[in-house]
Amino acid sequence: MRILVCVKRVPAPGSRINITDDALTVDTAHLGFTTSPHEECAVEEAAQLVEEHGGSVCVLTVGPAEAEEQLRYAASVGANEFVLVPNESGHDWDPQRTSHVISEAITQLEAGGERFDLILFGNESADSGGYQVGIRVAVTLGRAVVNGIKGIEIQDTTVTASREVDGGNEVYSVPLPAVLGVKEGINLPRYPTMKGRLASKKAEISSTSIDSSAGPQEKVRLHQPEEKISETEILGNGPDAAVKVVDLLDELGVL
Amino acid sequence: MPGIYVLVEHDRGEISPATFEALTAARNLAQRLTEEVVAVFIGVFDSDFNAVCTEYGISEGVVLASPLITDYGPELWGEALSQLSQERTPRIVMSVGTDKGNEVIAHASARLGSPFIANCIEVHRDSDWTITRMQWGGSLLEDVRVDTEQIFLSYAHHSVEPETAALSSDANIQIVELELDSLLTRTLVQERAAQAEGATLSTASVVVSGGRGVGSADAFAPLEELADLLAGKVGCSRAVTNNGWRSHADQVGQTGTRIAPEIYIACGISGAIQHWVGAMASKNILAINIDPEANMVTKAGYAVLGDLHEVVPAIIEEIKRRR
Ligand SMILES: Cc1cc2nc3c(=O)[nH]c(=O)nc-3n(C[C@H](O)[C@H](O)[C@H](O)COP(=O)(O)OP(=O)(O)OC[C@H]3O[C@@H](n4cnc5c(N)ncnc54)[C@H](O)[C@@H]3O)c2cc1C
Ligand SMILES: Nc1ncnc2c1ncn2[C@@H]1O[C@H](COP(=O)(O)O)[C@@H](O)[C@H]1O
Repeated sequence: MRILVCVKRVPAPGSRINITDDALTVDTAHLGFTTSPHEECAVEEAAQLVEEHGGSVCVLTVGPAEAEEQLRYAASVGANEFVLVPNESGHDWDPQRTSHVISEAITQLEAGGERFDLILFGNESADSGGYQVGIRVAVTLGRAVVNGIKGIEIQDTTVTASREVDGGNEVYSVPLPAVLGVKEGINLPRYPTMKGRLASKKAEISSTSIDSSAGPQEKVRLHQPEEKISETEILGNGPDAAVKVVDLLDELGVL
Repeated sequence: MPGIYVLVEHDRGEISPATFEALTAARNLAQRLTEEVVAVFIGVFDSDFNAVCTEYGISEGVVLASPLITDYGPELWGEALSQLSQERTPRIVMSVGTDKGNEVIAHASARLGSPFIANCIEVHRDSDWTITRMQWGGSLLEDVRVDTEQIFLSYAHHSVEPETAALSSDANIQIVELELDSLLTRTLVQERAAQAEGATLSTASVVVSGGRGVGSADAFAPLEELADLLAGKVGCSRAVTNNGWRSHADQVGQTGTRIAPEIYIACGISGAIQHWVGAMASKNILAINIDPEANMVTKAGYAVLGDLHEVVPAIIEEIKRRR
């Protein structure tokens, strides 16, 4: 089986997300980058499915040339084919534009080879969180799609996918080819092995430019949410603080 | 005629309480934009739809009926809503920003090639739409402008306090029969598995969480004992789940669970922003950390500075001594 995973390069901020002076992007001057957590799990899931059923995993990203780093990471944990669709604007594209570009890229990739039996997205991207790119791509391609997936099993021509809801799980049984949006927790992503690291250095990344234009949605600015600032009351140092802690628990009525 | 159309989220007729947030937000918005609110219920099921409309002061409701809609299905629901949106051309088609709300609105907007703005907290209309929405799970806000007549959006879950209407009115409910492509039944829910009942991380009144500072899976034993003594639940940071020390079901944060306990006890957690957004709705926060500069310590209401491996057992002992 042939599986495609769409991943996004995102900054990995620490205690606060700073923004640039023009207020249009996250200030990444002192930050590292990572793959969105849901998508990291999607790559792991694809690798596991291929280990079980045979086939190959292709990973695609739309982003700056530096997003090669995220594709190489995917190579180090088992992916086989890598596609970077360049966006050198310095900003994220709007979700409709991103979806258009990904749909086109998929059509091209399928024209040059086998059809993807399964296309995996994250449930939502870690930074912009638009909750839609995977669904838009599936609608464009006319394929079935379900989001929020935390369990995947393949039987012949069907994928059984489950998702958590209040009080239990819902199970979907979808014919292939299908599209799924997955959530962190579906698996525990592996760490790269020595062999994986070597493979990642050798991975060939193909770059495919795709024409696109902006959608009707325009980012005006980013800003910080209001925060209630509280003084921290230090209850003490070390084990001696236990008495005051238990006094507090008592006061709050949880003892 | 245009109006604000609100998706009523339900499970085979049982209306989700999150929907009340959307109905409240829509009513407030309708007042500002001088529009009417129309509640949209997908499928024919036994439900309180009528009563809910009345209670929330919504005078018009639509039931989208099709024999194919026997359960939840993102494609069928999305297609049904998109047909209605195309025919009635409402100004706004919206839901609450739960996973399902966002999913259905994304489907409906995708089918019409219209923009969808997820997890809004403020919506204004002058010559364009100007909207404030959440990024990073709420750690950052984005103002967007959209220059279309019709807009699809969701209101961030928990951003609006549900409020019933002062004046209830009888709702006029109309049933609209739709013709849907039977192909779309491919994504109907097929089966359900129930989970054990009881308090969950998101509803627990005490959460005792551990981070990388705990050091190993085994070292969570004292945290579990403390949680048990306080009838609470154990949580953790992503560093812990990534190390395989605990299951992801325990993870608090942007890609984990959002909690709102009476008190959150965060042991050996630095308080990265993605962890903080999951914990910030806690009524009280106690950080136990060796680092006085840790974000968790500076943001918490209470802190103990010290080694959690000494502090937690001392708290357990003190509780037992008093009982
Ligand atoms: C897109 C994205 C989403 C994310 N989502 C989440 C999420 O949902 N939840 C989440 O938790 N993280 C999430 N993260 C990860 C997050 O950025 C942090 O990496 C993570 O929260 C760090 O976990 P930690 O605090 O346990 O570890 P660290 O940051 O390493 O902190 C360990 C802390 O323990 C203290 N400590 C060490 N030893 C002791 C001791 N003996 N006694 C007391 N204190 C001690 C240290 O002083 C330090 O403050 C996400 C990251 C990204 C990029
Ligand atoms: N620039 C991108 N490149 C590749 N995949 C993306 C990109 N942006 C979003 N996606 C995918 O679409 C999913 C949903 O994104 P979003 O609609 O932004 O929440 C993400 O989890 C990714 O799998």
